[in-house]
Amino acid sequence: MDLLYKIFIDPFLQMGGAPDLLIQTLWEGLVGGMLYALIALGFVLIFKASGVFNFAQGIMVVFAALTLVGLHATGIPAFVALALTVVVMFALAWTVERVVLRPLVNQPDIILFMATFGLTYFLIGFGELIFGGDPKVMITDELFLPKGRINIPAFGGVVSLQKLDIAAAIIATTMVAVLSVFFSKTRIGRALRAVADSHKAALSVGISLEQIWVIVWFAAGLVALVTGIMWGARSDVSFALEIIALKALPVLILGGFTSIPGAIVGGLIIGVGEKIAEFYWGPLIGGGTDSWFAFVIALIFLLFWPHGLFGEKIIERI
Amino acid sequence: MRAPSQSDIAAGEVLLSVENVSLSFGGVRAIRDVSFDIRKGEIRAIIGPNGAGKTSMLNVINGFYTPQQGKITFKGATRNKMRPYDAARGGIARTFQNVALFRGMTALDNIMAGRTLRMHRGLFWQMLRFGPAMQEEVEHRRRAEEIIDFLHIEHIRKVQVGRLPYGLQKRVELARALAMEPELLLLDEPMAGMNLEEKEDMSRFILDVNQHYGTTIALIEHDMGVVMDLSDRVVVLDYGQKIADGTPDEVKSNQAVIDAYLGVAH
Amino acid sequence: MASHAPAEANTFPKLLVHNAQARGHKPALRHKDLGIWQTWTWVQVLDEVRAFAVGLAEIGVKRDDKIAIIGANKPRLYWAMCAAQSLGAVPVPLYADSVAEEMAFVLEHAEVTVAVTENQEQVDKIISVSDRLPRLKHVIYDEPRGLRDYDHSRLTWIDDVQQKGREKLADPAALAQWEKSVADGRGGDLAIILYTSGTTGRPKGVMLTQDNVLISARNGNLFDDLGEDEEVIAYLPLAWVGDHIFSYAQSYVAGFCVNCPESGETVVEDRREVGTTYAFAPPRIYENLLTLTMVRMEDAGTLKRRMFHFFIGFARKWGEKILNKEKVPLHARLIYWLGEILVYGPLKNRYGLSRVRVGYTAGEAIGPEIFRFYRALGINLKQLYGQTEASVYITAQPDGEIYADTVGKPNIDVEVKIDDSGEVLFKSPGVFVGYYKDPEKTAEAKTPDGWVRTGDAGFFDARTGHLKIIDRAKDVGHLTDGTLFAPKYIENKLKFYPNIKEAVAYGDKRDYVAVMLNIDLVAVGSWAERNNVVYASYQELAGHPLVYAMIEKHVDEVNRSLVEEGAMAGAQIKRFLILHKELDADDGELTRTQKVRRGFIAERYQPLVTALYDGSTEADISTEVTFEDGRKGVIAARVKIRDMTPVPYQKAAMEKAA
Repeated sequence: MDLLYKIFIDPFLQMGGAPDLLIQTLWEGLVGGMLYALIALGFVLIFKASGVFNFAQGIMVVFAALTLVGLHATGIPAFVALALTVVVMFALAWTVERVVLRPLVNQPDIILFMATFGLTYFLIGFGELIFGGDPKVMITDELFLPKGRINIPAFGGVVSLQKLDIAAAIIATTMVAVLSVFFSKTRIGRALRAVADSHKAALSVGISLEQIWVIVWFAAGLVALVTGIMWGARSDVSFALEIIALKALPVLILGGFTSIPGAIVGGLIIGVGEKIAEFYWGPLIGGGTDSWFAFVIALIFLLFWPHGLFGEKIIERI
Repeated sequence: MRAPSQSDIAAGEVLLSVENVSLSFGGVRAIRDVSFDIRKGEIRAIIGPNGAGKTSMLNVINGFYTPQQGKITFKGATRNKMRPYDAARGGIARTFQNVALFRGMTALDNIMAGRTLRMHRGLFWQMLRFGPAMQEEVEHRRRAEEIIDFLHIEHIRKVQVGRLPYGLQKRVELARALAMEPELLLLDEPMAGMNLEEKEDMSRFILDVNQHYGTTIALIEHDMGVVMDLSDRVVVLDYGQKIADGTPDEVKSNQAVIDAYLGVAH
Repeated sequence: MASHAPAEANTFPKLLVHNAQARGHKPALRHKDLGIWQTWTWVQVLDEVRAFAVGLAEIGVKRDDKIAIIGANKPRLYWAMCAAQSLGAVPVPLYADSVAEEMAFVLEHAEVTVAVTENQEQVDKIISVSDRLPRLKHVIYDEPRGLRDYDHSRLTWIDDVQQKGREKLADPAALAQWEKSVADGRGGDLAIILYTSGTTGRPKGVMLTQDNVLISARNGNLFDDLGEDEEVIAYLPLAWVGDHIFSYAQSYVAGFCVNCPESGETVVEDRREVGTTYAFAPPRIYENLLTLTMVRMEDAGTLKRRMFHFFIGFARKWGEKILNKEKVPLHARLIYWLGEILVYGPLKNRYGLSRVRVGYTAGEAIGPEIFRFYRALGINLKQLYGQTEASVYITAQPDGEIYADTVGKPNIDVEVKIDDSGEVLFKSPGVFVGYYKDPEKTAEAKTPDGWVRTGDAGFFDARTGHLKIIDRAKDVGHLTDGTLFAPKYIENKLKFYPNIKEAVAYGDKRDYVAVMLNIDLVAVGSWAERNNVVYASYQELAGHPLVYAMIEKHVDEVNRSLVEEGAMAGAQIKRFLILHKELDADDGELTRTQKVRRGFIAERYQPLVTALYDGSTEADISTEVTFEDGRKGVIAARVKIRDMTPVPYQKAAMEKAA
């Protein structure tokens, strides 16, 4: 009885009893979820346009952040370093297209998936070689990212928001907005959707697959850079960050592999769910739920919504 | 039925020629040493029984397949292989036997995608949606609308093409190819799977395209009746080899063609 | 109500000149072309019509010439009518979907000298019969596509005609000459000849004068208080008197704007974009919209479907009362208001009927259920009874006096009487001059004292004072036992079921009533999908035992309703069959206005009719069909015949009551 009470009643009493704490938890969940969403977004972009499940998306986040910090460490001003990192990400996209995708065109998906494994280990090795394996500190001040907290009194308590998180939210929202305008309104966006629908047809109207692949990998690289900065600013920049890429998997299962809104909503659900579970139910089992809780949610979803919340329903005429 | 101007095609300028093209997949020889040409302004049919290598031939012309031997001359430039991108850029558009559309997009977006190669404004302007890029979008939209009008698909322009019946999908696919303003239009079985009325409509559209836009058309077709009515010249393939080439009347009376269609043993 | 045109403006060209002065910058016409609505003001229309007219005069069009107009509802075809009238020539619109043969008859009979056509399709038809038309000197076309390489000695593009006119008009004398030609027009001049398709025989050319059309249009405007701000969409055949009155005459008289849709398939969407205020459609269009809605709802999610059925049910109960401004309890108003937001509003928007102030259905009886459905949604749909010979208006329902089974009261200046045989006769300012070159038929239709026989049997309802039409007068017959048999009455009852598309009833001088049916492919097809009924063709679906079972239920319900109504209880349907092919105007089975040609069908399907009355349970039939391109083919089938169990009724009691 006591256990049932602790599982089904007590957490909700806590939520109702201290709404300020609940809001605080929700906010932190949302911020974490946003970062998951960004990583998932990188996956979705590449998956939509080329059908490749890019295992290297996680390491690209680390690589982008390391490059930025590393370049700055050599004495280059922060914003110049940022611009250079963008260039590096473009070069990476171009190289991947040339060296990995183009030679493997028309190969089975699994081969391409394996190739992204190769890419992952290459980037780890290459990164360690150049920047060393030690954790680094993100150059938040130099990039004029705000510090400190805002305290908002609420429900007799205080909700405390990190200014950095607010900035992250704004930047992430802006990026998603720009990306969706790009996808829906521009010629290249249309070409991207076309490639996602049918390679054969896209080729026949003169859309260059190579160009589209460079663009999506570059877009995914930019998303990785933004994610890297945000995440690095909250903890530090190290190869351990790569682990978070694994969190993108449940997000994708939730949101569907081909849906940008799915990635975002999925990310937020996982982020919030994880934090709430950790805070209210975690103590029951001694904490540490955040390492596996997301996967439990994903499993449940797999049972009921195999295409994900926003996954494409394939419309076939009979 | 045919427009009178077609009679002078016999002497016309060659737009594309394939010479001694051979193609094989592993051990299967899909095309063996085939040569023929397509003249400017004509409707050229490629016919033959199932597995004769017709679709492979189209795929060679627009660069989907790379032949092991032979040369392709298009608008005076000779090469051993075409890349699809170069084919499209050079003015070759095509449709597919089983329809290859961007199923998740509307009919209009499909047609606009056909204009990709003709849009040039940089990404920056495109994102801002004003200035030169806006003008460009409006101009291309106008061209798309002309094609929509031409093919009578006003009522479906905002419909996701995956939801359309097959006959209309084929029409949208033709519209997308026309949006490229091609010099050479390759049609892979444009009438396949259509009912009589849709076939009639499609025949009319093909003739209109040829006449109105002056587009050279190469088409593969099963339906002999349709082919004979539509085309100026016909090339017949059988087991990957060319067995006849000439006007519909010549081809019809050719013994090798009759044998091939009646399934006489080789 | 906007200002009326002055009395001197007694012809349509004069009205055009008047409108260009009085409301020159208001929109007169719109056309959606290349995805964009193009607008012409009255001033611009005048300019176009004038150039067109002078161009026509240049190629030799004279007073009293007949100008054929063939095509869909395109601006320049409407302008051609006014341009012809301004020269004293007479426009003769033809049904655009007629085959070449039908066209040849009208073009020949009307002695047409110039044909204004929409496109290559129509030009081709004319060329194919041109050797029979020695009088036809010119063919003019609107869309040049595909016509470039045609012989242009007798073929001209409208643009070139207008260009010729514009060049000529640079000379003030030419302008003055045209203006004089307009001023010379008289109310008594022949304005138009409309060929009616007729259910039997060759079409007849109904001659209407400027006065006929203009005064009828004006009275119609008065009846419904139509002013210069109305928006209508022109989508019905130009050759049909309804379109001529609603999309041409009434617009010129009131000065309102006519909208030409992009194509026949985009009408509903275009209507929504324009926001028409005055709408007109034959019953089948309302039926189709409703059928589509119902099909869509069957496929919708549970919640949506429940919501739909709840609110539609509610609207059926209260909607008409609210529309008729009756007293309604507050709670009903509140729920209706909620329904308006959730269901009725979105539905009306989907139909493009959100802004409709006056909507008419006419041409045939509309199913009471269908009629009430639209009324319940808050659309002011009314019934009208008219004829080409009357310039449309005979009777119509005034606002607030709406009944599903009447056609209303006589319109302004119209007199109606019923003769001893039950036939409806009328007298009005719209009464036609006569049938062109057919005094015999004219004499049959017009009595010496100016009454016109409608050919319809009807009576004035004692309760409402409205006219009720039961059938064509000549079609009302009797079974061998003397029971009254009104075939259309029975057919309409059947057709009110969405699954039944057409019905043909037989019974006159027979022992019992038997019917042949067409199923509705959309409705039954969707039913088949839901019930896992597999079929490859119309023929297979039509012959499916489950479909027969379903239709049998409908027929039984019709029998029950006949018994309930009493007088026709003896005319219950004893046997029925489902035809293996759809009845089609191209095969001559329907008229161009989609009415069944009972006699022709009886001949064509002779073996089936015989089988219906000789007790056999199935019959073989093979029929020749015509494809669009004129080629012919044969469809053969074995059709099953189903016997009905008669619904019992008390014959004696009925007779006593009768």
